[in-house]
Amino acid sequence: MPRVVDSDTMHIPDGFIDTKTALTAGALAAVGTGFALRQVRRELPPRRVPLLGLAAAFLFAAQMINFPIAGGTSGHLIGGALVAVLLGPAAGVVVLASVLIVQCLLFADGGVLALGANIFNMGIVATFTGYGVARLVGLVMPGLRGRVAGMAFAGWCSAVVASVGCAAQLAWSGTVAWEVALPAMVGVHMLIGIGEGLISALVLLAVLRTRPDLVLADGPEGKGESLRGIVAYGLLAALGLALFVAPFACPWPDGLESVASKLGFEHRETAHLLAAPAPNYLVPGITSRGLATAVAGAIGAVVAFGLALILSRFLVRGAARGEAADPI
Amino acid sequence: MSGSHFDHQHPEAAAGADGAVASSPMYAAPAGAKLAVAVALITVTMLLPPSQSRWLIVVAGILLFAMVFSLVSPWFVAKRLLMLAPFMLCVVLGAALQPGSALDWRIVAAKSSLCLVTVILLANTTPFGAILRVLEKMGVPALLITTMALMNRYLFVLADEMVRMRRARTSRTFVRSRGFTWTVLATVAARLFERAAERADRIYAAMCARGWR
Repeated sequence: MPRVVDSDTMHIPDGFIDTKTALTAGALAAVGTGFALRQVRRELPPRRVPLLGLAAAFLFAAQMINFPIAGGTSGHLIGGALVAVLLGPAAGVVVLASVLIVQCLLFADGGVLALGANIFNMGIVATFTGYGVARLVGLVMPGLRGRVAGMAFAGWCSAVVASVGCAAQLAWSGTVAWEVALPAMVGVHMLIGIGEGLISALVLLAVLRTRPDLVLADGPEGKGESLRGIVAYGLLAALGLALFVAPFACPWPDGLESVASKLGFEHRETAHLLAAPAPNYLVPGITSRGLATAVAGAIGAVVAFGLALILSRFLVRGAARGEAADPI
Repeated sequence: MSGSHFDHQHPEAAAGADGAVASSPMYAAPAGAKLAVAVALITVTMLLPPSQSRWLIVVAGILLFAMVFSLVSPWFVAKRLLMLAPFMLCVVLGAALQPGSALDWRIVAAKSSLCLVTVILLANTTPFGAILRVLEKMGVPALLITTMALMNRYLFVLADEMVRMRRARTSRTFVRSRGFTWTVLATVAARLFERAAERADRIYAAMCARGWR
């Protein structure tokens, strides 16, 4: 039997978030999933219904592919951005929610009471971010190259933004201090995101070359409805993230600080985690840790976008050459 | 919806190779009751204030009792727990090496492992189809249930298919470079998606032929 149970930094287990966070995230996840289900029922032809289940099984299998990341660690696909681009954002939310529920109940991967938080981060935030970014890049850069670049950048963004949600939930629960959780989670996922973006773009390109009919068209077809859907998702994801992040945006009194110093352990952990990507977020001249992380995040985004452009140029020029040699 | 595709069981679960023992008293208990007890146990464990942490022993006792009655081997549970808990183990290790107030972290780790054991026991004494039927009765939307049922049915089929494709690919590939490895991984994943989509078309035809909707 292939190895099916895998643990990573993004599946929150039980016991790491408190009741208010679990309930809030659960409510947001329920609203988001319910909305996605309604939209899928309205828009998806019945012929495509089994595809949702098969796409969920596909994503589960694809998550077993481990890719190497710097420093001897390896990551695996989250897949929210990829499935959203392949099948559309609403179908993506349904697929990711199914995968997360099955992983939780069948393989104990991710907590039962943390299910709402996990669905919110990886199902709704990652999916919406991925689709939105891919769509925006596609608008700016039409054509195959734009789609590949958009997919690569969307994969990176989805991993990073979802990790912000995860860090905020851990911090809101008082498990880990925000100043510690944010740089650690975002730093790690800025690296994992590179793998996510690269593998998503390669998979999308391979599917586009052989079965372009399977990929959701990004033309004008059905634009009005899905645009409304995207706006609604954007609002939901942004509202949820704002809700979780807002308590930390302002200079926070010493409540969390004292929790952090009382717990004490995370300093050691982060000292370790910080070592690898440290140059990324110790931007000189900026004192606040949160601001430094934000600036580093922005720099990371620019770098990731640059890498995505180079990748698409490299891949699609190769494709064009291949097509020129092809008689068809 | 007929629900006939709920009754699929993974071969290894039916054979009782690893965790599930189909003849155990726990396996025969109704799925709804097991799900309710599991969620109740997890909720109680989570809500227990740190000052009352001695009650965690009661929870552990209940779980031990359940493990005996489910005939699931303790080694299997321990193996699963170790596989799932590297993050938690790091935390516990960090707390153990840290002098001073490590107590809180011990409680968090204990609570987290108790919740994990609860889910491991639930998953290995209850067919997933039965859980889905309970969820359907609780009013979870049919589309989500169908998606999860199909996922449960084809999860190991596709996972095996991917292993076969990767093995075939490895046996035909003589070049070894880092960039090429990535391309191969992605190509295998893309082919898997295409095959899944083709299989979905066949399943739709079969479902229609059997009077779905």
